[in-house]
Amino acid sequence: MIAEIGRFLVALAFALSALQLLAGWRAASAGSTPAMQIAARSAYTALAAAVIAFGLLIILFLQSDFSVAYVAGHSHVDKPLFYKIAAAWGGHEGSMLLWCVMLVAIGAALARFALKQDEQLKNRAVSIQGGLQLLFLGFLAFASNPFDRLLDVPLQGAGLNPILQDPALAIHPPTLYIGYVGLSAAFSLAVAGLIEGRGGRAIATALRPWSLFAWTALTGGIALGAWWAYYELGWGGWWFWDPVENASFMPWLIAAALIHSAIATEKSGNFAGWTAFLAIMAFSLSTMGAFLVRSGVLTSVHAFALDPERGLWILGIMTILAGGGLTLFALRSGKLGNGDGFALTSREAFIGVNNLLLAAVAGTVLFGTLYPLIMSAFGVSGISVGAAYFNATATPFLAALLIFLPFAPFLPWKKDGFNRRLALRSALWILPGVLAGLWAFLIDASPVAIAAAAFAGWTLAGVVTDLWHHRVLQGAAACFSLTGRILAHAGVVAMALGAVADSTGRPETVRALAEGEQIGIPGFTLTLDGVRRADGRNYLADEARIVVENGRVSELLPQRRFYTAADTTTREVAIQSGFGGDLYVALGEPRARDDGEIAYEVRVSFNPMVWLLGLGALLIVLGGLSASIGRALNGRRAGMMP
Amino acid sequence: MIQIFALVLLLQSVDLTPAQEMEAAHLMQEIRCVVCEGQSIADSDAALAQDMRLFVRTRIAAGATPDSVRIALAQRYGDEVLMRPRLTGRTLPLYAAPVILLLAGGLLIGVASRRR
Repeated sequence: MIAEIGRFLVALAFALSALQLLAGWRAASAGSTPAMQIAARSAYTALAAAVIAFGLLIILFLQSDFSVAYVAGHSHVDKPLFYKIAAAWGGHEGSMLLWCVMLVAIGAALARFALKQDEQLKNRAVSIQGGLQLLFLGFLAFASNPFDRLLDVPLQGAGLNPILQDPALAIHPPTLYIGYVGLSAAFSLAVAGLIEGRGGRAIATALRPWSLFAWTALTGGIALGAWWAYYELGWGGWWFWDPVENASFMPWLIAAALIHSAIATEKSGNFAGWTAFLAIMAFSLSTMGAFLVRSGVLTSVHAFALDPERGLWILGIMTILAGGGLTLFALRSGKLGNGDGFALTSREAFIGVNNLLLAAVAGTVLFGTLYPLIMSAFGVSGISVGAAYFNATATPFLAALLIFLPFAPFLPWKKDGFNRRLALRSALWILPGVLAGLWAFLIDASPVAIAAAAFAGWTLAGVVTDLWHHRVLQGAAACFSLTGRILAHAGVVAMALGAVADSTGRPETVRALAEGEQIGIPGFTLTLDGVRRADGRNYLADEARIVVENGRVSELLPQRRFYTAADTTTREVAIQSGFGGDLYVALGEPRARDDGEIAYEVRVSFNPMVWLLGLGALLIVLGGLSASIGRALNGRRAGMMP
Repeated sequence: MIQIFALVLLLQSVDLTPAQEMEAAHLMQEIRCVVCEGQSIADSDAALAQDMRLFVRTRIAAGATPDSVRIALAQRYGDEVLMRPRLTGRTLPLYAAPVILLLAGGLLIGVASRRR
């Protein structure tokens, strides 16, 4: 019964989205207040329906109702309670329902909060969002309904991949989806603005807060995913340039470019077309992210759900989004208006360079990810593009971003701003840059990494100067905006330094150890003290006691688990974190050695200063939140520009 | 159960100098595992990756240059094992793309700046 109500609610949300599309369109075209109210109420009701449907899906998981195909495929009676709930969005159908819940929530939020001063544009945006809801809810209802029943009801669920039973991974998809789907607001507002023939400035002002919020959530989601990969997959890496990772990185880059270019468009009308273009691309790339993950067109370690038929659906949606959006852009971008122009050392010019580099990285990642696919369409197989390619091409661009970053906050809009004072100020940034470069040189970094470290030191000094110089800004809104900028830019520096430290190559050794034997990496001696059984509720496990000596003695307890229901082996790595980095120990398979001893493969690595990456991500997220608060405070005082 | 206590394969070891060890580690990052295609052989758990790691270490220990090891692996497993594709006619667009993107974007900014 619950599943049938869920089905009904999905269909209801679908129908209400159609109403929202039509009524919103009519409200915008005829200026009709009743139509506007219908559109808004459709959006709110659709949200209620979608949220309740999602709640029902969770209830089905709590009941372990295996007559529902999705529950049978992704749950198991032995599964811990928290992961039964998390399984509701752990697979394709459920995550698609979550996607729709968020899409409808954005529709309701647009109807409620957006653009009080320009109802025509708002109604058009609500209508466009209704169209997006219609596309994705249609896909959900017809091609991946989580409430589908099974004819033969299994006694037991098929479980869930045990490596996915993890707190970080349980909250990773929702966070990521807030980011992906949040960008739909920017898409709808940009498309609505193009249809209405609004100027670039009005569009940029309208979409800025939504993009900022979405980008912040996207940052958090990606960081959680990287963190999970770091400690759960047991490879010691955190970023693999895997197609699925690239799929989330591209919208992130484009959204990062968008939140910067929208500032320039809002201030001076420059980059008006570019801002609208980025808004359309950001959500299109988010959808492509879902397509890449869910269709299985690209081979990837993350593609847990492989289904080409659904891929075809998403491809159709993609064509409508990107094709329709960009066609509209080509036809209407003339109305956006030209900017006032800007000088070579104005703030616009530096924001332009930021956008150029971010977009170039995004373009390179897109091209590199799709290149093997494109070539195989032409019958050329055997081309592989992996981490080494992306490191070689994307990293120099990302490092170059850091050179220009610290200047921008000191430059005036439109006018040339590089004067003696700024020259003197930037001279102060050289020393920290040299010191950071020297640090990178001493830890044996590659030339590119040394340069990146030097730029990071330079940028950090610039960020501190920015804070010092602008600390006297008046008002809470300006204060939150400044704090946001400082935190996010400092976060970028921390990530850059973390990536430099990581690039020096982690000392790593793998050896088969029998009990009592030792393994060493520079600075540490590890002894395998013993291996014991440490079975859990739904798995069997071997736990090694490894004694670590590095001046003082401590112990680490890495495990190897075998999940009986899923028939899968996983490794629970043991990590000892410190200022210098993480000692990372993974326990491998036991083997008979030629001397007759039973030896366990122990893999030890030292990952230098990984905490910098976590800190960087945290600072960027806090910065994004702070800037969002500043934006919201600013929006309250209608008409006032920051 | 069986998987946990399966006793298979002898773990052979090759002794490398620290410099060779670095060279081998660097090289392994650039070779794709044929089993788990998203990963390099340095990151992969697959048995074949283990064999490939052993091959790399053995050759490096024997004094082979990283390039010759790369070529040997590409001959045996196909070009797709190279994570950083060699610059050939088929991969030229791949390396030209970033440069073209940068130039085209720079041109756009130049045009934007001149509008008054």
